[in-house]
Amino acid sequence: MTVATAVLHLALALVLAPLLPGLVNRVKALAAGRTGPPLVQLYSDLARLLRKGSVTSRTTTWVFRAGPAVGLAATLAAATLVPFGGATALFPFGGDLVLFAYLLALARFATVLAALDTGSAFEGMGAAREVTFSSLAEPALFLGLLTVARATRALSLSGMLGPALPEAWARFTPALLIAALALFVVALAENARIPVDDPTTHLELTMIHEVMVLDHSGPDLALILYGAALKLLLFGSLVARVVVGTARTGLAGTALFLLSLVGFAIVVGVVESVMARLRLSRVPQLLVGASVLSAFGLVLLLR
Amino acid sequence: MTAWTDLAFILLVVSDFFLLASSRLKAVIRATGAQGVLLSALALLLARSEAHPVHVILLSVGALGVKAFLIPLLLTWAMREASIRREVDPIVGFLPSLVLGGLGVALAFAYAGGMPLPVPEQHPLLVPAALSTVWTGLLLVVSRRKAVAQVIGFLVLENGVFVFGLLLSDFMPAMVEAGVLLDLLAAVFVMGIVIFHINREFSSLDTGKLSALRD
Amino acid sequence: MALHLAAVAVLLAGAALPLALSRWPSVALATGTGAGLLGSALGLASAVSALVQGGAGTISLPWSAPLAELTVGLDPLSAFFEVALFGLALPAVAFGGTYLRPHLGRRGLPTFLCFQNVLLAAMALVFSARQAVLFLVAWEVMAVASFLLVTFEHEREEVRSAGFVYLAASHLGTAFLFALFILLARGAGSFGFDAYAAARAAPAVPAALLFALALVGFGSKAGLVPLHVWLPEAHPAAPSHVSALLSGVMTKAGLYGIFRTLSWLPPAPAWHGLLLAGIGAAGAVAAITLALGARDIKRALAYSSVENVGIIALAAGTGVAASARGATAVAALAWAGALLHVWNHAAMKGLGFLGAGAVAHAAHGRDLEGMGGLLSRLPRTAGLLLVGLAALSALPPLGSFASEWLLYGALLRSGVDATGGTALLAWLALAALAFAGGVAAIAFTRIGGLALLGEPRGPGATAAREPSAGLWAPMAVLAAACVLLGSFPAAALRLASGAIAQASGLSPSLLSAELSPVLSALSGPMRWVLAMLVVGGIVLALHSRRRRALQGSAISGTWACGYARPTARMQYTARSFAQLFLEALAPRALSPRGRITPPRGLFPPSASARFEERDPARTHLFDPLFRIVAVRAARLRRYQADRLNLQLLYTVATLLALILALALRS
Repeated sequence: MTVATAVLHLALALVLAPLLPGLVNRVKALAAGRTGPPLVQLYSDLARLLRKGSVTSRTTTWVFRAGPAVGLAATLAAATLVPFGGATALFPFGGDLVLFAYLLALARFATVLAALDTGSAFEGMGAAREVTFSSLAEPALFLGLLTVARATRALSLSGMLGPALPEAWARFTPALLIAALALFVVALAENARIPVDDPTTHLELTMIHEVMVLDHSGPDLALILYGAALKLLLFGSLVARVVVGTARTGLAGTALFLLSLVGFAIVVGVVESVMARLRLSRVPQLLVGASVLSAFGLVLLLR
Repeated sequence: MTAWTDLAFILLVVSDFFLLASSRLKAVIRATGAQGVLLSALALLLARSEAHPVHVILLSVGALGVKAFLIPLLLTWAMREASIRREVDPIVGFLPSLVLGGLGVALAFAYAGGMPLPVPEQHPLLVPAALSTVWTGLLLVVSRRKAVAQVIGFLVLENGVFVFGLLLSDFMPAMVEAGVLLDLLAAVFVMGIVIFHINREFSSLDTGKLSALRD
Repeated sequence: MALHLAAVAVLLAGAALPLALSRWPSVALATGTGAGLLGSALGLASAVSALVQGGAGTISLPWSAPLAELTVGLDPLSAFFEVALFGLALPAVAFGGTYLRPHLGRRGLPTFLCFQNVLLAAMALVFSARQAVLFLVAWEVMAVASFLLVTFEHEREEVRSAGFVYLAASHLGTAFLFALFILLARGAGSFGFDAYAAARAAPAVPAALLFALALVGFGSKAGLVPLHVWLPEAHPAAPSHVSALLSGVMTKAGLYGIFRTLSWLPPAPAWHGLLLAGIGAAGAVAAITLALGARDIKRALAYSSVENVGIIALAAGTGVAASARGATAVAALAWAGALLHVWNHAAMKGLGFLGAGAVAHAAHGRDLEGMGGLLSRLPRTAGLLLVGLAALSALPPLGSFASEWLLYGALLRSGVDATGGTALLAWLALAALAFAGGVAAIAFTRIGGLALLGEPRGPGATAAREPSAGLWAPMAVLAAACVLLGSFPAAALRLASGAIAQASGLSPSLLSAELSPVLSALSGPMRWVLAMLVVGGIVLALHSRRRRALQGSAISGTWACGYARPTARMQYTARSFAQLFLEALAPRALSPRGRITPPRGLFPPSASARFEERDPARTHLFDPLFRIVAVRAARLRRYQADRLNLQLLYTVATLLALILALALRS
């Protein structure tokens, strides 16, 4: 039964993932007074890209072609560890948060190598920025998750975000608030959103994630875009579940989960509308700040 | 009630982190102002029922007026008047000072329980939050190159001392209120900066400009 | 046990034969390599069987040297390390058989082969010795043999200087070991390891002193920061299969020594563990940062060895501290991670060094800035090296992820359950480990992306060709080991459980009880996730390949943002890839010192950027220290006798003084 609900929820998440960027874009468009693209724009983009031919550079090797597949496979595997809705994850176990972080690291490793495989200076630059900033995002992610783990005394993502969470909220409100904030910053950084990276910029020199995938086209680009949407959904559901903090199961849990995801998208959209991208040299301050904040949240739990 | 007090203390520490990490002088000044508001709120929140209401209100209003409005205004004015650049320009970089600040806060929160205190704590977060703020102020004073930023460090230090003072406000209300006056020292610092800059730029003291201090 | 002695005998015979056959170099190479392979195979068989049976008995042979006994034995801990030794020696020796072929004409080749086998035999004795004098003799032979192997290409100046640094570091370390073993013998009344262990409750001198001696003496061999200075010098200088052995096994001999010493001391107080863990964590972060500044591919890998030794030390220290607190669950996880990482590191660093050697051989140089585009030129070698680099970044589904996961598990458990300062330190260690992992990802994408991918940056890389199977087949074996250790970590843990119990001091039943949830997670849900990862990757890759074939795929140049004629020299360089991290985040002491002349004006005359790597442990600690020592020692030179009789007089005087001292004491 639990496996069946987990599979259902996972399928729901996989189907709905491309909706999330559409939602963020719609919020941004509304804030800017535009109509904006339709909510399902990414679905039609994906369908179009999957049907198209592709262009590859003659410099590249199999690493370039395997990059998007490995990246998406790793993100999909990470999705089996995240609890969606009121359900537990498909494969929960103690310490799965480490596997979660390292699967995303594997996806990054594949994307970065694929970028370097083209021999382009721009993609090398984006790759260097991606790995540098993620080296700071990693400790922040671990400390943020550890705060939640200590508050709930559980070591698996499903346990941390499961029935123990409401009680933890009652006892450790400030620490969990801080952890949620830190995790939100990490989510923005890991998903290449403002204020760390601007997904809509048109200048290669200022991009991080977008510039790494400049040379991908056709079906490969579709895999990358879908992987990025899925990653946003994974982080969104982590942050949303920490913030909502109920253990409701069944249909109500699912509905609440979907609503909280919409809320997450709206907050991301609002942040992108009111903030500018940080100067690159200021990004480390933000990420280290997130680590220090989570550490502070942890310290509050010591007492 | 206690949830609000918790929140105020936590926001105080979070603003400490912000002060250490922020590179823009204006934002830093605003953060000290926010700390002033928090302190004024804390003075009210921590007051015991048997305390004299006049003292409590005096303390709160004094903190609000001096720390939250007067000093930030003065600093902003000094920035404009002495045409100070808007970046903070640290000696110890933002990241190391942030990490040091984080470590200090962690130690303060982990070990503040063992400190011998003359009076029972009113709130478990009071001592660690005060220690953290003092530590942040010290870091800022030591690690920033610009005089204005150092003055801000001094103010933050003073804010930490103020929180400590709240512990004693029942016993020695007058002493604590006098502590608020310490901020006037900072005001003198700010004037010093302005005078120094005027002195350097025009090689004379334009007292006419100093008279602007009156408002 | 007889099998083990046979392995040592075969290796020693294999040391003598090449010298005897030096007239026919190719025969000498074949016999030397063959004996090395045979001896390693025998050794591996004996070590694995000892590990399965939970240890084999000891054997004593008569030996007439004073204080010494030839006692060897394979308890689980020894057998565990010997599995790493011989498991890596097999592919490394096979690699050497091909790698050394171009050197057939060299006069030093038979000697080299001799010492290669002597090194293997000495390391086997280091792991299996049960007596202090025998251990020290084997330790010294190991050091000297490896010194002679490192200086194989001694006509190059930097190789000689590297050899000298290595020799000095090694001997200073051994001096501390002499003190350690003599002080231990004073408490035990004998030099036997069993006597040491029996007398652990009441050491003759404070246990802290003994622990410190072991930490310095063994730590200098293991490469604990700041005693690591010989590694980044010696590893690039040595032939690659020797670097693989030095890094994969000999540094582990230092760790083995520390683990063994812990069993001779009274149960360690928590601060011993915290010290070890602190040195390990700080060293791991510092070393991997230094790896980012290295231009030499083998130097970068050497720093990564220092990082991994630091991670193992962090794990072991966490285990010691947890045992002292009575947190057996944390101790079991931490020790399991520490020991499993020894195997994983042997496999992946062996793969890394063999790959780096093959790649550098093909590209005619070890400079990262001159490589590039090697994956399309030597697909097998470079592809296998990529697997090694992914393993070094601890990525799933490879073996090193499993061992780091165990260490993360220990730190998480400690961070969730412990109170006060212990929890604080666990969080700090967790953040440091995560940060080191993130920086390792920079270091290894840098090596992989800039050495193997893109366009070649130099003529050597342009002309590179795939080496023969003799070079890449051993790499394939090691890559398979990485994959197997990642796919069946639970089996590896069960095999190693005796050694883990011995190193951690936990009883086997308690250990298996504490490890059972981990084992079921490793062989249950985690295996499902990793299987999904592999299957998903293959399906997606095949799917896009099919779509590309069906829908057409055009070949074109790399998109250079509108610029029409990009050249290979416009690519990102290894230096620029690491620049953002080194300049924005790393402390100045850990990044290379640069001299940059930027282009100026409309028609810039010439611009340049030059960077000099430096290791702060050397420039700020050892170089000044040795300079002071040299100045002081120069004063002593006045008393140096230039005549033989005076020299003899000194000797006689010393002897007399010693006899007098003895007479007075009794």
